[in-house]
Amino acid sequence: MNIGVYVRLAHHSETQLAEAFLQVSDHHRDEPDVEETCRLLSSWSKEKSNGIRPFIATYGEPRVNEPETLFSDLFQGPRTGGLALLRDLHDLWLLATEAMISWTVLLQASRALRDEDLEHLCTRHITQTDRQLAWLQTRTKQAAPQALVVA
Amino acid sequence: MTITRNSIEDIWGPRTPYRGQWPERSDCNVEGTPEKWVPSACVLCSNGCGVEIGVREGKIVGIRGRSDDRVNRGRLGPKGLYGWKANASPDRLTHPLIQKKGRFQEVSWDEAMDVIVRKSQEVRQQYTAGAIGFYTSGQLFLEEYYTLGVIGKAGLGTPHMDGNTRLCTATSSAALKETFGCDGQPGSYNDIDTTDALFNFGHNVAEQQTVLWMRMLDRLCGANPPKLVVVDPRPVPASLKADVHLAPKPGTNVPVMNGLLHLLIRHGWVDRSYVDAHTIGFEKLEKVVADWTPARVAQVADIPERGLREAAEILGTTPTLVSTLLQGVYQSMQATAAACQVNNLHLLRGLLGRDGCGIYQMNGQPTAQNTRECGADGDLPGFRNWDNPSHIADLARLWNVEPHIIPHWAPPTHAMQIFRYCEQGSIKFLWISGTNPAVSLPDLRRTRRILGQKDLFVVVQDAFMTETASRADVILPAAIWGEKTGCFTNVDRTVHLSRKAIEPPGEARPDLEIFLDYAERMNFRDKDDQPLIKWHTAEEAFEAWKACSRGRPCDYSGMTYERLSSRSGIQWPCNSENPDGTSHLYVDGHFPSDAEYCETYGHDFDSGAAATPERYRAHNPEGRAVIKASDYLPPFEEPDERFPLWLTTGRVVYQFHTRTKTGRVEELQAKAPEPFVEISSQDAADHGIADGERVEVRSRRGYVQMRAKITGIRPGVLFIPFHYGYWDENSHPRAANELTLVEWDPVSKQPHFKCAAVRIGKPGKSGLVPKLVKTFVRKTFG
Ligand code: SF4
Repeated sequence: MNIGVYVRLAHHSETQLAEAFLQVSDHHRDEPDVEETCRLLSSWSKEKSNGIRPFIATYGEPRVNEPETLFSDLFQGPRTGGLALLRDLHDLWLLATEAMISWTVLLQASRALRDEDLEHLCTRHITQTDRQLAWLQTRTKQAAPQALVVA
Repeated sequence: MTITRNSIEDIWGPRTPYRGQWPERSDCNVEGTPEKWVPSACVLCSNGCGVEIGVREGKIVGIRGRSDDRVNRGRLGPKGLYGWKANASPDRLTHPLIQKKGRFQEVSWDEAMDVIVRKSQEVRQQYTAGAIGFYTSGQLFLEEYYTLGVIGKAGLGTPHMDGNTRLCTATSSAALKETFGCDGQPGSYNDIDTTDALFNFGHNVAEQQTVLWMRMLDRLCGANPPKLVVVDPRPVPASLKADVHLAPKPGTNVPVMNGLLHLLIRHGWVDRSYVDAHTIGFEKLEKVVADWTPARVAQVADIPERGLREAAEILGTTPTLVSTLLQGVYQSMQATAAACQVNNLHLLRGLLGRDGCGIYQMNGQPTAQNTRECGADGDLPGFRNWDNPSHIADLARLWNVEPHIIPHWAPPTHAMQIFRYCEQGSIKFLWISGTNPAVSLPDLRRTRRILGQKDLFVVVQDAFMTETASRADVILPAAIWGEKTGCFTNVDRTVHLSRKAIEPPGEARPDLEIFLDYAERMNFRDKDDQPLIKWHTAEEAFEAWKACSRGRPCDYSGMTYERLSSRSGIQWPCNSENPDGTSHLYVDGHFPSDAEYCETYGHDFDSGAAATPERYRAHNPEGRAVIKASDYLPPFEEPDERFPLWLTTGRVVYQFHTRTKTGRVEELQAKAPEPFVEISSQDAADHGIADGERVEVRSRRGYVQMRAKITGIRPGVLFIPFHYGYWDENSHPRAANELTLVEWDPVSKQPHFKCAAVRIGKPGKSGLVPKLVKTFVRKTFG
């Protein structure tokens, strides 16, 4: 059984996403909504990563190395300004999508396993990830025209 | 000289107790005998009291309330009775001014407009219209907003237009949209005449809308008075009359509301048949509020459990209910989320759409409703939905332009973001009309810095040399109320026509004329190469607006200037089906929430993420109201060791906004000459502060110095009125917004003026005038 791979992946993605939201929050203090919302959305990822932790014990913990590379590629030092904000939101979106697909995969597996606890957890986490993606989409759409066309 | 009552000392005047028809009482303040009386309405708060302006020898000599007016039945408050005096202030702006080398020089209109037009063309050519922004008011007239809206959206095609309504009523509009699908106040002021209960949530009605409070007071001392529940951290006039007064900790409005809804559900005070037939989302609400037991609310909001239960019993069992909300909700944490819970209260109980049942998501400013309707703020004209292509096509047809001209790739930019783009330098041209951000925006140090940026060209259109005007590149002198004709709409959708009574001073012009002149000089064209703006007078602008509003919830199509003159006030919608206007919206429990018709697809209360059209359609409410639940989020900035107290800001009864008018009226100014900081006796004792002593209040953003006033305010909370800036007193920092922080509600984007962490102490070194305050003095009077 390989489900442990994805338990671990989901845990990783969320830990990184929590960290990434915090970084963006810090880098864009001049954008109060970004600072505060990213802080909030980081706390959601933290909850998600804590939520899956007990399942690591249940389903083993094989080594995974993909996500680290994705993260380090995405965040190369602080960026500020309109275009930088757009790039950071874009990167967060990629990370959040990565998390989303992990939860989707896990949800499918939990159903096949009839693990109801895991299933409920995944459903909840998918809703939260979806809300994170929705905000990223909203804010990106708002920022794009000004950053690319006017500035 | 006739003054019917001393409204300065006795703010609300003698009682006329009643239930049913509110008796008339004619309030009047005239100096000399007017030759004529000109119909209008008061423009000093959102109540919109019907008035007549007394004129003699081309001057305003007084005012009287209209007894036949449904809003005030003849009454006026102190601002209404004295505010007209500001028109004749000796320091009105009378000539266009251009700033050259730090000094203002009088120029001709041609010269001033020429500079503005050249600059806007240059900026547009080099950076697109996205480098041009407009920041307008809640105090112009409907015809002016609509014209400005068309100029911005179809002429220039910039998404950057907002009003200072963002600071005062954005949450009102957002909450109505989220719950009912569209803006529009459901109730009618006559609800107060018969209601069995009043619920004032964060709304100091007695000092904001004095005449509305007179109506409530008259009910309270009449036969079968309504019960009164007040939520406010300060002791306010209404709380002294209240059956229940809750003074929660700042930032805990959502827990309080959730606690009330929790009790409603637990006691079965829910009209299940109404909820089932006319709403969606109840189950989610039930789940969220289940955790908000009275004990938990009492602990989080720091209010007595018993008070919460008593309030819930009144609200849960009253057969009719009028709720009013204002800045205590709108400028606090989780503003939209909390405001929607009051909508939910009415939905749960089915108390909507009939006499005695009203929700007033109050407006602050007199014409804020029109800024929203006409699309001069972050909305589209006629409450259209920026995310619905067929609504954009509608506007394009109406204006005879290509749909892609109208910016609709994202919602219109909100004020705080407009100033951020200015700060970043991507907006290079900012046109401010009828408002004073250098006093009213949060974090004034930052605001002054932005307005002073070299690469930002600022046009200010105003009647006085405000703190903002003094930082402009070009100043356009504007005519004000009484000097021009136009309509405006109050909180209960009552539209008044305000006629021109006198000529504006010097070369001052109505805002409408200025916008029309700009449009002509810019040569904005439609698809057929005809002028985009096809109107030249206020009445023609009103006719154009009627066409735009037709078929939308705010339908004005059945009104004319003539009909508005023949009676005092008509409530929209007014169309062929409702030729006399409409007292209640949603009488049949049908709401404007259908996906094709609604003004918004809704937002996530916590993050502000917009729901997509697809998602909204998938759960199309199809005319039902949307019950949206919300859980508690703690404030971002909370008091800590360095800044241990909460600051909340607000108004006093004698002043309005940044006092550009009221501060120039002797009677009003004398009663409220300077700011003060309200502090509880407990905090005062802890800090060794005596009543009346000069103190300094400091936050992470700045500091102010003023006198302390010891009151029954909640311990841990300070209050400072926000009206005071520097035009008449600049020896020390004193504007409340030196202290406030730049953050806003995720949905309504209204700034959080009610929750900054501060400390209080003895004044530091005197004479510490911030650099930019000095600049103001030099530029203006130097
Ligand atoms: S209540 Fe408002 S509209 Fe009425 S007189 Fe007073 S300030 Fe004017």
